[in-house]
Amino acid sequence: MRWLLPILAAFALLQPAAAQDRMPPAPYAYTQLEDPALEEQARELMHTLRCLKCQSQSIADSDAPMAGDMRHQVRSRIAAGESPDEVRNWLVSRYGDYVSYEPQVSSTTWPLFAIPIVLLLLAGTVLLRRIGRPTDTADEGESA
Amino acid sequence: MIAEIGLAALWLAAALAVLQLIGGFVGARNESSELTALVRPAAVLQGLLCAVSFLALVYAFAVTDLSVKLVATHSHSMKPMAFKLSGAWANHEGSMLLWIAIMAFAGGLIAFIERRLPEKTMMATLGTQAFVGIGFYLFILLSSNPFERLSPVPMEGNGLNPLLQDMGVSFHPPTLYIGYVGLSIAFSFALGALLTRNVTPEFARVMRPWVLGAWIFLTIGITAGSYWAYYELGWGGWWFWDPVENASLMPWLAATALLHSASVLAARDALRTWTIMLGVVAFSMSMVGTFLVRSGILTSVHAFAVDPERGSFILALLALYIGGALIVFALRANTIAEGERFSLLSREGALVVNNVALSAILGIVLLGTLYPLLTEAFDVRVSVGPPYFDPVSAIFFLPMLAILAVGPLLRWRKDSFDRIRLPVIIISVVTVAVLALVLALSDIGVLPLLGMAMSVGVAVASFMPLRGRAIRRVPLAVWGMCIAHFGVAVGLFGIAADTAYQKERLVAASPGDTVDIGPWEATLASISPVAGPNWTAMQGDIFVSYEGGPATETFPQARSFWAPQGETSEVALVTRWNGQLYVALGNMAEDGRWQLRLWWKPFVTWIWYGGLLIALGGALALVGRVVGDVRRRSATQRGEERRAEEAALVAEPAE
Repeated sequence: MRWLLPILAAFALLQPAAAQDRMPPAPYAYTQLEDPALEEQARELMHTLRCLKCQSQSIADSDAPMAGDMRHQVRSRIAAGESPDEVRNWLVSRYGDYVSYEPQVSSTTWPLFAIPIVLLLLAGTVLLRRIGRPTDTADEGESA
Repeated sequence: MIAEIGLAALWLAAALAVLQLIGGFVGARNESSELTALVRPAAVLQGLLCAVSFLALVYAFAVTDLSVKLVATHSHSMKPMAFKLSGAWANHEGSMLLWIAIMAFAGGLIAFIERRLPEKTMMATLGTQAFVGIGFYLFILLSSNPFERLSPVPMEGNGLNPLLQDMGVSFHPPTLYIGYVGLSIAFSFALGALLTRNVTPEFARVMRPWVLGAWIFLTIGITAGSYWAYYELGWGGWWFWDPVENASLMPWLAATALLHSASVLAARDALRTWTIMLGVVAFSMSMVGTFLVRSGILTSVHAFAVDPERGSFILALLALYIGGALIVFALRANTIAEGERFSLLSREGALVVNNVALSAILGIVLLGTLYPLLTEAFDVRVSVGPPYFDPVSAIFFLPMLAILAVGPLLRWRKDSFDRIRLPVIIISVVTVAVLALVLALSDIGVLPLLGMAMSVGVAVASFMPLRGRAIRRVPLAVWGMCIAHFGVAVGLFGIAADTAYQKERLVAASPGDTVDIGPWEATLASISPVAGPNWTAMQGDIFVSYEGGPATETFPQARSFWAPQGETSEVALVTRWNGQLYVALGNMAEDGRWQLRLWWKPFVTWIWYGGLLIALGGALALVGRVVGDVRRRSATQRGEERRAEEAALVAEPAE
């Protein structure tokens, strides 16, 4: 079987080129913006956008062609002077809330923000009750 | 034939679990029952039978027995042996068999060696263990039989997902599962103690090493999983707040809280109900995690609804076990007295804060993981990711770190601030100094800034409990605590430094091109095809040098597998003490240049060193506790023997 390997390796050489044919050229899919400040904005934004074709990956962490496309979109729009929020809103209007890992407070997502506040209050009360009361009795115990 | 032996062993084990269940609960009511004597042997035998069953499956994978359906769908005769073996658990049926095998083995282990608790409590514990086990036996035998035969036998197997053909996957799931399922022991102990009204410091001391053992494996499993994702996915990320990761983090958070509250119960007889609750919650989180990963619900709620057999089965088990445990808890919790009281400024006070914070973080992770599934059921799709989890969990995590620094310095029951004033001042000064220094030297985000400052503060604080002690007489468990807390600091420093200072370069390069990235310089020498046993790859030959130093040759690969088809990125990593250079090779661009992805990740390795230190601390504490317990036991035994001898001596002259 070993004689097969060089042939298969040669096939592998052809593969990437073939893969390129399938998708439109998207120069910014794998290339950064020239301006480091803009690239930083784009990078931060891309880490908070979901790759819609993958399972639980951001577009900044994915090899999927669609993620590459979306990276290209994000970088082009940032380069054209749009703010990260504008780009996010554009993507959300196109793909829905699902595309953004940063949930906004809305009629469907408010529990996400309300529950941590409740937890915070709950934690506070538990600590106050748990610790406030026994201190008194402990003091009484000592004075007695 | 071997596959049939495996299946038969599994059925037998399930039958023994039924015996163990009946015997355990009869024995918990009436110790003198004849069934009591059968419970421990049933548990041990069950563990052995499950081991046989699991080994049978591993054997089928090792020899690529394609008449077994699972082997045919997940393996391939040309795969390297290591991945044939790990293929046994890198799929649904195999991983569920691993789950039940570990569960039965752990149950057998406590049945075999744990003799410190009253027999009634032990019987109730083993009964509970069997009760949980039966559900999972039924799940495997009725809906996920790993030994199902295939006819006609195919010529070749389908192979294994290329992402999973990696040594990381060989070790990651078994360690994680030992952790997950080891927590079933805590669950059973908690219910056993609750049912027999025996929530005592002795019970906490008995439960603690078992929880600690599971927790160590869970820590290693999560650390290894994070490193695997880091180097295998090819984009330099090490934590994604992905539901699958959260599924492993949640039991860890609960188990960490449980360890700390069990310490309070063992030392001070306080926090009784809370410890029991955490014992229940920890394993419940393991089961929730299994449900999330194994039911297919994560891919899509609707995919789950289309093929709901397995998912509904696990969901029913979840409802039965978690619901049942909570009902028992609700009925019995009020019969357990609160326990000893303590003041705010005490070790217990600090541990309560730690517990509340860990539980709150657990609540947030659970909420953020389940919420999208909930809304999706109503056809509203939302995503919850790092921009939510990072800041919201930090609200609880950062105060917890402050308590982590100070808590171990406090005495039990009641302490005064004057006594710990000096160390607290040192810790605060160090933290503020680092904060000011980082702020002056660089412009980074608030969370990395706080993380970096607090990590240094915690690192200093973690060894403060040794202050004023004779170093050679410090108990092993205290060393364990110091090292584990130091590990938290090391890991946090890595996270903060990598988040704040990593550098990224994505370029298209031809042979001869040089790319600068941070302090590194990388020169692409050539690209050539290479071949492995079941893949071919394009391999880059890249010379990298740090700050103009000597060059190191690296070989990142873009691999193509043919059975099944898939591409993976084999990245090249150059590790220095202060970070890692991460080089990944992408596809060929239109103009014939090659895509290169490079990251300089300062101190990134410290994240995993931190995880390992935490596990090491746990291991030291475990050894310290077990050795201490054995010594105490033999000392009491000797004392008793001597007293018996003395009594005999006194008795003799009287004759």
